[in-house]
Amino acid sequence: MSMKATNRQVDGVAVVDMSGRITLGEGSVVLRDTIRDLIGKGNKKILLNLGDVTYIDSSGIGELVSAFTAVRREGGELKLLNLTKKVHDLLQITKLYTVFDIKDDEATAIKAFGK
Amino acid sequence: MTNRVSYTLESTLESVNQVEQKATEVAAGAGLAEDEQYQVAMAVREAAVNAVLHGNAYDPGKRFVVAYETTGDALVITITDQGKGLDPESLPDPLAPENLMKGSGRGIFLIRAFMDEVKIRNTNPGTEVTLIKHTGRNAANAKEEEAQ
Repeated sequence: MSMKATNRQVDGVAVVDMSGRITLGEGSVVLRDTIRDLIGKGNKKILLNLGDVTYIDSSGIGELVSAFTAVRREGGELKLLNLTKKVHDLLQITKLYTVFDIKDDEATAIKAFGK
Repeated sequence: MTNRVSYTLESTLESVNQVEQKATEVAAGAGLAEDEQYQVAMAVREAAVNAVLHGNAYDPGKRFVVAYETTGDALVITITDQGKGLDPESLPDPLAPENLMKGSGRGIFLIRAFMDEVKIRNTNPGTEVTLIKHTGRNAANAKEEEAQ
């Protein structure tokens, strides 16, 4: 299953609903292009909804880290929403779980921006 | 009883997806639980990515070989490329604070996290990575010993 990313705006936050696999190649490129596009359009609050992401490899993890640093470099914030158990475990193994701001409720995540 | 099958593949991402899918099938056939099938498939994918990307550097003239072997008590998968070789000692620790926010360098780390044994051998030229997951009686004994 290839990766898809759909954007919507909620209270000034760009919510990206992602689905499929974030792996080396197409999946990582879609994520990179999406983040670059959102930053280019002036979005500084980005919420990545990973609820339908079925699989992430080391390249995908790297792309999440790059997205996080790219948004922060622009003075913005990137948060993660709805991690599956597999993604959650991967972020714990790689010690990134505490680096990212991770939420499991969209409304709470939206409110947490800018505070 | 030992079963062994091997494939010679082109240095493409399509090949990586194929070996990952085959790894899931072989792991299921070896009786591994779904979580362990995922771990084996992820480790094989990462090793195949290393072979294609870092080893053979997408060179269309170079191939990589993946061998899947099931013995009575283990699943052994060997990935061999034709690249310039890899020194595992030179790999930076992705958990070190200075590397934590890097966009790459986690592949071998995840392989080691998901497999019971990992051997990396320089084949001059090329790299051979052997991934071992214990199955059956030995795995059960190891888990029992761990619990005690």
